[in-house]
Amino acid sequence: MMDTVLDVLSWIFLLGGAIFLLVGAIGALRFPDFYTRLHAVSVCDTMGAGLVLVGLMLQGGLSLVTVKLLLMFYFMMFTGPTAVHALAEAAMQSKLKPVVDEREP
Amino acid sequence: MYIAVTIAILIAIALGLVRAFRGPTLYDRIMAGNMIGTLTVLMVAVLGFMTGRPEFLDIALVYVLISFVSTIAVLRVYIIRGTMDSSSTGSGKE
Repeated sequence: MMDTVLDVLSWIFLLGGAIFLLVGAIGALRFPDFYTRLHAVSVCDTMGAGLVLVGLMLQGGLSLVTVKLLLMFYFMMFTGPTAVHALAEAAMQSKLKPVVDEREP
Repeated sequence: MYIAVTIAILIAIALGLVRAFRGPTLYDRIMAGNMIGTLTVLMVAVLGFMTGRPEFLDIALVYVLISFVSTIAVLRVYIIRGTMDSSSTGSGKE
């Protein structure tokens, strides 16, 4: 009984993660400006990866596999936002202006 | 079940590739590269679970760090190249 609950829960996490990955990827395609696309990619990196990894952890149970997944989750939570910040910093430095709303407030 | 997640990740990678080709600015391409990197990590992990081989997780773990370092390295190349162009006499270091 407990096993099936764990399996179903991990499937929900995995599917949720896959949905976030797709939404992030579609957002990266359709957004008008570089900085908005950057946001979509970072959502895809952190949230999608987080859900997928948690889903896999539930499948892994209490074992070395889960420790590796925890490590991967830990590194992803640090490197994802840092890389996106470095990207935005480099883009701003090269005078790439974000598209601001010109309409009158 | 894992196959569904793998297919979703493959579609996301394909969308990332489209963004990499179409991306007007250079930084779009670097962003797409970073995105495809993390998606590949996830696919390797999921495939490791699907085929029942725990070794795949070591590969995925290493690749998380490699893709991060490579993104930062590529950015450094263009930051330094940018500073060298603008400051013709500059030494290129911040």
